[in-house]
Order: sequence, then C-alpha cells, then structure tokens
Amino acid sequence: MEHEEKFYSGGNIMEASGRVWKFGDHINTDDIIAARYLNTTDGKELAAHCMETIMPDFPGKVHQGDIIVAGENFGCGSSREHAPISIKGCGISAVIAKSFARIFLRNCINIGLPAIELPEAEEINEGDEISIDFENGVIKNITGKKEYKFAKYPEFLQGIIKTGGLMKWVQEKHIKSE
Amino acid sequence: MTISEKIIAAHSDRESVSAGEFVESRVDLVLANDITAPLAIEEFEKAGAKKVFDPKKIVLVPDHFTPCKDIKSAELVKTLRRFAKAHKVRFYEIGRVGIEHALLPEEGLTLPGDFIIGADSHTCTYGAVGAFSTGMGSTDIAAAMVTGRVWIKVPVSIKFNYTGKRNKYVGGKDLILYTIGRIGVDGASYKSMEFTGETISNLPMDDRFTMCNMAIEAGAKNGIIAPDELTQMYLEEVAGRSQEIKLKSDAYAKYEKTIEIDAGKIQPQVSAPHLPSNAKNVEEFSEVKIDQSVIGSCTNGRITDMRRAAGIMNGQTVHPEVRCIIIPATQKIYGQALKEGLIEIFLNAGCVISPPTCGPCLGGHMGVLGKGEVAIATTNRNFIGRMGHSESYVYLSNPEVAAASAVKGKICHPDMI
Repeated sequence: MEHEEKFYSGGNIMEASGRVWKFGDHINTDDIIAARYLNTTDGKELAAHCMETIMPDFPGKVHQGDIIVAGENFGCGSSREHAPISIKGCGISAVIAKSFARIFLRNCINIGLPAIELPEAEEINEGDEISIDFENGVIKNITGKKEYKFAKYPEFLQGIIKTGGLMKWVQEKHIKSE
Repeated sequence: MTISEKIIAAHSDRESVSAGEFVESRVDLVLANDITAPLAIEEFEKAGAKKVFDPKKIVLVPDHFTPCKDIKSAELVKTLRRFAKAHKVRFYEIGRVGIEHALLPEEGLTLPGDFIIGADSHTCTYGAVGAFSTGMGSTDIAAAMVTGRVWIKVPVSIKFNYTGKRNKYVGGKDLILYTIGRIGVDGASYKSMEFTGETISNLPMDDRFTMCNMAIEAGAKNGIIAPDELTQMYLEEVAGRSQEIKLKSDAYAKYEKTIEIDAGKIQPQVSAPHLPSNAKNVEEFSEVKIDQSVIGSCTNGRITDMRRAAGIMNGQTVHPEVRCIIIPATQKIYGQALKEGLIEIFLNAGCVISPPTCGPCLGGHMGVLGKGEVAIATTNRNFIGRMGHSESYVYLSNPEVAAASAVKGKICHPDMI
C-alpha cells in the first residue's frame, strides 16, 4: 500500500497510513539510539542506527510512512532528543504505544513526531496496515479490520502541535514580537 | 500543597496549583551538556533567537564525551564554547568541569525552592537540596533559553516514607534500588517522588543526591527531599548561604499514595541486567564473575562514595582478571580524595583513576564493554548495550559492593573482604 500523509499548516502530520513495526515494553532510549552515536546531531546519520541494538535489520528495512507500535513506557531512560529524531529520520510517520515515558513524549510533541497512547496497542500486529486520523482521533487497522478511538492531547499541547512544534510556537509568541 | 506544588506555584505566579494542571513556570537554571546542548543551540539559532533570557541562569557542562573522545565530539564541544562566548553563559572548560549533577550543587547553583530544568534525564538529582528539578529534551531547553519559561503539567506526588536504621553498607543507592525494585521502572511515571521519614532525616547529603538522581529510573518527573538541618549545613559549606530555609509539604497535602518502607530490612542491593528494577540482595548474585568494576557517575561519584569504596579497597588488590575504574565526579572531589589518601589506596590496589567524565556509564569511552563482558557499576542504568556491546551485561550497585566485587572478581557482599 502506498502511504498517504496529510499535514497541518504548521507542517505537522494530520493523517497517516503505513505498515506496522511491533516492539515490546520499556523500549528505552539506548535501544532506540545507542549513546556511541550521539556525537552527531544529523537526523540521517542517527536514522542509520535507529533500533539497531535490539533489531539490527530495522534501519535497512524500514520504509517511509511506516508506523511503530509498542507496549508500556516507550522511550524511557535518557533525555536524548536524538531518539525521536532518529525515528523521524527513518521516515516513521507515528509511534503508537500503550504508554510513553514523559521526556520522550515531550520531545515528540516538540519536534513533531506524532505519539499516540492506545491501551489496545497489543491488538495490532507486526506488518499490519493501519491508518491514523489525528483530527478525529481514529486509528483503523486495515489488516485486522478493527477501529480504535484515541484520546486527543489537551488543547494547550494541540496548539503547540498544530503550530508545528515548540520552537515555532516560541517564535510566534516571543521571538517575532521582540 | 506538596513541596513540589509549592515550588511550581511560586514560579507560575499562582497562589496555588494542583496536580494535573498545565502551567508555564519561570526557571531559575537551565542546563545542557555536550550531547544535548548542540541540538538546543541549533534550534535556538534556527528559530532566529538573538539573545538568551538571562546569561547567569544558563549553564553548559561538557561532561559526557570529554575529554573529547573523537573528532565529532570535539566539534560538539566547540559549539558549546562558541555559544557560551557569544551569549556570555556559564561554560566549564576541561580542567574545571565535572559531572554536571555533582558539579552544579558544588558550585552553589542549585538551591532549595529553585525550579531547575536540564537537557539530561538525571537533572532530577537537585531535588536532594529541595529544588524542583526535572530533565527534558534539547528543544525544551532551547525554548527556555529564549523565554526563561517552560510548560509543565503539575505532577501528582507519591510519598515514600522510610523508617528504621540503615544496615551496614546500606546507603542511598540501596534505598533507591530497593524502591525501584518494588514499584518498577514506570512505577512513578510522570509523578513526583517525595522521600521522607526518619531514615531520610539521618541520611547524608551525598546519599540524598543518589536517591533523587535515580527518581527518573522509576519514570518520575522529579524526586525531592524537604530541606532540613543537614541541607542547611551543606549549603553553608558549598554555597555560603546561611539563612534558614522553611520549605516543606503541608500536613494536609494531597498524595496519590504513601509507600512505607522499612529501611532496617534492606540489605545491599544489586540490579541485574537489563532494568534498574531487577533489584535483589547482593547475595543472590554471588556466582556472577565480572570483567570490570566502575565506581563513579552522577549517581555515585561524590566524596562519600570515594571514601566508602576506599574503605573496602584499603590494603586489597583488584582481582587480576578485573579492570577497576574510579571516576571522582568533579575536580574538587578528585582533590579531596587525593588529600585524604583515597587516590593512593586506589592506585595501590591496581585501580585506574579517570578524569571526571560520564564516559563509561553510557558506553561513550573510558571503559566500554566488549561482547560477552560483565560489569558491576555504581551508575544508574543497565539497559541492553548501555556500557558497550549489545551482548554485554551491567549490574548496578553501591560503591562498597562494586569495590568488594573488584577485589573478589565476582559480585560479593563487602563483608566478604
């Protein structure tokens, strides 16, 4: 299936669809990007090593638009923003998990990588084709023929997301008015 | 209100706040290191920001890959130097720098009642002096460098009440490993961990830093201990502050729950690979052979840790098949250890002494593990590949256990020495 994406005016994603990569509980930031690669800030370079500690063939096989689905506490550990940057750099259009670690979730909101909390995440399988409608909070599992509603972010955070991330929001509120 | 709510309210121009609210808070200190600052600086400059909100409240600490391990890390530190010079913010050069979470309290930059954010997950360490202090990513730091503010959801608090007398060789590390073992690595996710009770009142400051440092390993937003006489004495010594600090949770403050812990029942703890929550009594691992012992880090690289490790190591020799790496966390700690003869004890035992660096804790440099190798470390994380190869293994412990294990060649209770 061709992946389809729609975007908010700020540049963040509104609709996405793609193939699922499945991960377990407590996937930490060392799993996502090992510290030995943190001597760069380049998204493409980081993407080349994304998840390689726990799934060595991931960087080579992931496609633009694919979606990560995981268990509890995704992104726990370090504050390294390199983790969501490496995921975004791989072309992943969204991460769905039963729950997220807090610094990782902040980083996703700030850099515009959609992160969705879904209690039923375990019902989605590796390789499933799914679509996400961010505006209406709906995930469709096309392969599994199931539909899920997800809770939208509080209004305050949606504002940051729709503006295109934290720095654009800061630009609007502070820098332009200087 | 809880102590955390009081600090957040005071920094949000509010009479009171309650758990679950979103507020924008003023920050007293913004921290970033050689890994996280370059991304923050990129974001700051890309957004077209011209100046920082207050140069005195921003501090850049190159401590992770320093002294620079390769060309790329040297370039990262150059970015910090350039930015620090241009915006006149604090920057610690090699030779003055130490591990950030040991250095900043020592410099008197973290005070009770402060609201501190840092692009490093272990920023929660400063809760030990009664600050509200939490880790974030680089973009949050970039935004705060512009605005001096940060958005935050007021966390619910869990009270951890410790009673009883600590057993021999049981310190802050054992209390926190035991606690994480009980509640799990997401047992306090998004929440505030408030440590109280008679055991905490009698706990030395360095142990308090260790406990608050590892609040993030239970997923917490912050860890905090109300300042008391010990805090007061510490601040007078390091920061030259002498006024009385009255900052504590109200008697009727709201907690999600209170967890009672009998500290008298806790023995030295070891957390097995690959989660800090895999904590058990040290004896459970007595057959585990080790290749390396690391004593240092933002968790356990302070002078008390050096003294405790040296107490075990005195007159002993490191096992011939073990590398023991000692990392005093700051120059001041290094100097003090030298003055007290601790460095000589380590040298005579066959340890190697590292300059202050995060180095091996995150598999960066200065003690990376190869395939199949096993380490015991006084650090904070034992995730897969944390200290090197994806098939290497890290056990977490306190300094006495790490020192005793280095001598024996396998994990052991300090009483075995």
